[in-house]
Formats: sequence, structure tokens, C-alpha cells
Amino acid sequence: MPAEPRLADVIAIACAEAFRGNGEIFGSGMGIMPMLGARLARATFEPDLMVSDGVAFYVDGDLPIGSSDKTVESWIPFRQVFDSLWGGRRHVMMGASQIDRFGNTNIANIGPHNQPKVQLLGVRGGPGNTINHDVSFWIPKHSTRVFVESVDMASGVGYDRAARLSKWVQANHRLPRVVTNLAVLDFETEGNTMQVRSLHPGVTIDEVNEATGFELAVAETLAESRAPTDEEMAAIERLDPGELRYREIPN
Amino acid sequence: MTKLVTPDEAVATLESGMTLGIGGWGSRRKPMSLIRALLRSNVTDLTVVTYGGPDVGLLCAAGKIRKLVYGFVTLDSIALEPHFRAARQGGTIPHVVEYDEGMLQWGLYAGSLRLPFLPTRAGLGSGVIDVNPDLKLVTSPYDDREELLAVPAIRMDACFVHMNRSDARGNSQYLGPDIYFDDLFLSATDIGHRFVSCEKVVATESLLDEGSFHTLRINRSMVDGVVESPNGAHFTSCEPDYDRDESFQTEYATAARDPETWHSFVNTYLAGSEADYQEAVRAR
Repeated sequence: MPAEPRLADVIAIACAEAFRGNGEIFGSGMGIMPMLGARLARATFEPDLMVSDGVAFYVDGDLPIGSSDKTVESWIPFRQVFDSLWGGRRHVMMGASQIDRFGNTNIANIGPHNQPKVQLLGVRGGPGNTINHDVSFWIPKHSTRVFVESVDMASGVGYDRAARLSKWVQANHRLPRVVTNLAVLDFETEGNTMQVRSLHPGVTIDEVNEATGFELAVAETLAESRAPTDEEMAAIERLDPGELRYREIPN
Repeated sequence: MTKLVTPDEAVATLESGMTLGIGGWGSRRKPMSLIRALLRSNVTDLTVVTYGGPDVGLLCAAGKIRKLVYGFVTLDSIALEPHFRAARQGGTIPHVVEYDEGMLQWGLYAGSLRLPFLPTRAGLGSGVIDVNPDLKLVTSPYDDREELLAVPAIRMDACFVHMNRSDARGNSQYLGPDIYFDDLFLSATDIGHRFVSCEKVVATESLLDEGSFHTLRINRSMVDGVVESPNGAHFTSCEPDYDRDESFQTEYATAARDPETWHSFVNTYLAGSEADYQEAVRAR
């Protein structure tokens, strides 16, 4: 019998759900929960999804987090990562140090770019990712420090910035989900501003609003984030035998 | 004709003020022995173009960078390069040009093809445009009339990359999982100062002993000098010859946090020749 699901397991499912319906594209997760999400989606309801070892290979079957005992199904060196992402055949779930109501994100720097107060990762692939394919976000600590009125540097393009670009960009730009330790959010509103889609068990809408530095919409269908099924819970245990998810999200 | 030179002979051909491309990616297969030789030289005031790792950190710490054109600077297993972070927060790199990772590839590719620019959507609408006001847009001449970003070609005066094997004329081989963009760095550099360091120089007829012909992506027309430099990528990874030296990298990153410990790190590892460095690493 699989163990009783905890918060980290609900979040793993929420991350996996971001990839539902993606089919035969590269499902790429940056960090433990997103990586677990992509691999969990592939192990359960999204069997055609392609996942990598984070080095240079697509892997077949279940690859537990932290394991290198892999079955290579293809090769994906960085040049082909860029080709696949510019070709739109990819969905990334990544972190963000700041995010605003339109989904502009910042992983680059806090303070001015010419001399940052804090140098973070830099823009990395964020600009190219967000303009070419689906990008979802995982925010482990939902707070007003992260959910801000405006980002210091737009390493990722949000809906208001995309709306000023070409018709092609507007048709292809999509930020499917923002998963946090409190809730699941999306941009499926009229003006593409952020809304709460579901609350994790025990979390209230007031708590989410208090932890957010701008006004959130609330989905008419607001629900509780779902728990994994027994089959999904077994897959989570298989994919994260070292229980790294509980270290990232203690109950 | 043999192109074999030592790291110091390679660096002696460079001049201050040059634009230098550095291959590898983060803390992976970096031409570290050539970087160490550069640290021993008086060459300074450089424009450095790279997917940065400790190469950028060391050159920042030595105050040799005037302009940095980069996709990122990271140690991979340690997310932030400590010297780079200090240099950015201290405002000590006079000119920074930060690109999206794919934009940098496009600039190098345009440079290698002798085109003035290549169009892309990567970067449009992002902060990269806000902080690089020199970037220009271009309108598609076809019916779509789409407005795209024109990434300007990057050309370099000198280039360092590190490979697993080379022959004495510069035909070179990577045996690891990824060539990164090393071929583009070499192709976008003017003839004269294109240096490949390698783990081992082998006879031309032995180049296929350890890998298939697919690994021969760098030919001798792309290379002016070959440096045999065993363990030359240390402490970055050089698969399959060796993995990253994580404990040394941690020592490096820890030392970099404080001027005093950094001074002592320099004295222990970087004050002498490449042979002295390798000896000090072995003696740890």
C-alpha cells in the first residue's frame, strides 16, 4: 500500500497536471518538484511525454530523481535543446524569484541591471523559452517577495508584454500554470491576469491573497487541489525514493 | 605542419584589448589551463564572449575583463559564480552584454557565417531588449511582415576551447555528451589566435580509436594552435576523461567569498606554472 499523501505529493500532482495533454514533446522540469512533475505525468496519464536526464539524453521508462541508472532513448545536447524550444516542441516548468500579475518573471537580478543589489541566475534561457513554447512555474514559497507588482528584470515574457508583439507571438505565447506551496494559479482570465485555480488542502483564499503583492482573480470553478490516486502515489514513491520532495516541502 | 604550442606560448600571441571567445558551458569542459596562462600574463582589457563558468570568475577576480558578452555565468552544481556575483554587485565589469542563451548561439552562428545578423524571436519583449538598447529589430520581407530581433554577429580576435583529443595539426575530437558551441566559437574567430587545448595529442590515424566519426566536429582549418594539456579542464568536467572536481570547486567557491582566503587560494594554486598547479591539485 502506498503511503498517505502529504502536501508535497499534492504538489507533485499539481506539477504533473501542468503537462496534461502535451503529448510527444519535451517535458522539462528545472528543480526537484518540476522534474518529479514531468516524470510523474509521463509515468501515469501522459505516456508520450519525453523527459531528459538533465545532461544530454532523453530517457525511457522511470528515472528516479537523483539516479543515473538510465535507459537512453535519444540524444538532446544543448544545440538540440535550442532547436526543440525554438520549434515549440517543449514545455518547461521552472522557478522564478519574482512574478507579476501578467506572468512576467525574473530569475536574473534584484535591483538595477547595471549594478544589481543581488545578482541571481541571469536571464538564462527565459526570454527564448517564454516566447517560443509553454512555460509553467514552480514557486516553493508563496510570498509578497515573489508575487510582486512589477519585476526588476523580465527574464520571462508575460501576457502584457506578449500582447505588444506580433500576432504570431500572441498566438503561441502561453503560461499554463503557476504552482506554489499554497495554490495552483493560471492566467485563463479575460485580460490574462493571474487567478487562483485551486487551493491546496487546508489553505484559505485569504492566506493566498495575503501572500500576494497584487490583486488576484479567483476562478469560478475554484476547487481543492486534488490528492494523488493510489496508482499515482505508487509512481511518486518510485520516482522519488529518497523523498527529496518532503525535504523541499515539509508538512 | 605541427601546430603544437604550450599554454604560455599561446597566450604570448594575444594582446590587451582583444575580443576572446571561450568554449565550454558553465563548469563543463572549460579551457582552464589556457585561462590560468592568461592569469599569469599581462594581457588585460579583454572583451570576453562565453557561456561562462569559473573562467569568467577567475578573469573577473584578476580584473582582466572590460566587456563581458554572456548567456550566463554559473558553476552548475553551485548556481552562482562567486567572483562574477561580486563583480556584478560591485559594478566592476565596465560593460556587460547579457543575452538569452539562444541569442548568444545565434550571434556566434551569424559571426561564423559572415552574416551581419540572424533573426529570432528569443529576446523579444524581454528585459534583454530593455538593457541592451543597441539591439535592433528587423521586419520579415515576406507576407507575414513579422517583426523579429536581429541578433548582431559576434566576431572574435582569439578563441580558447578544450577538447578530449587532437592531432598535431588541430583536427579535434570531443568524446563527451555535448560539444556545446565550441565549433561556433572557433568558426567565428579570425585566423591567427584560435587555440584548442586537449587532454591528449594523438596520431591522426588514431582519432577514430575512441569515438565514431561523429565526434570529429573540429577540423584543422578551424585551429591555429594545439596545446596538449592533460587535466587541462580541471576543475571543470571533461567527460569521459574525468568528472568535475566537486570538492576542489567547493574549495574555490568558498575561498572566493573573502579577499583573505582568496589570496591564500591564489598563492597555493595560481602563483606558479601549469605544472605547479597540477602538482598542488595532486597534493591536496
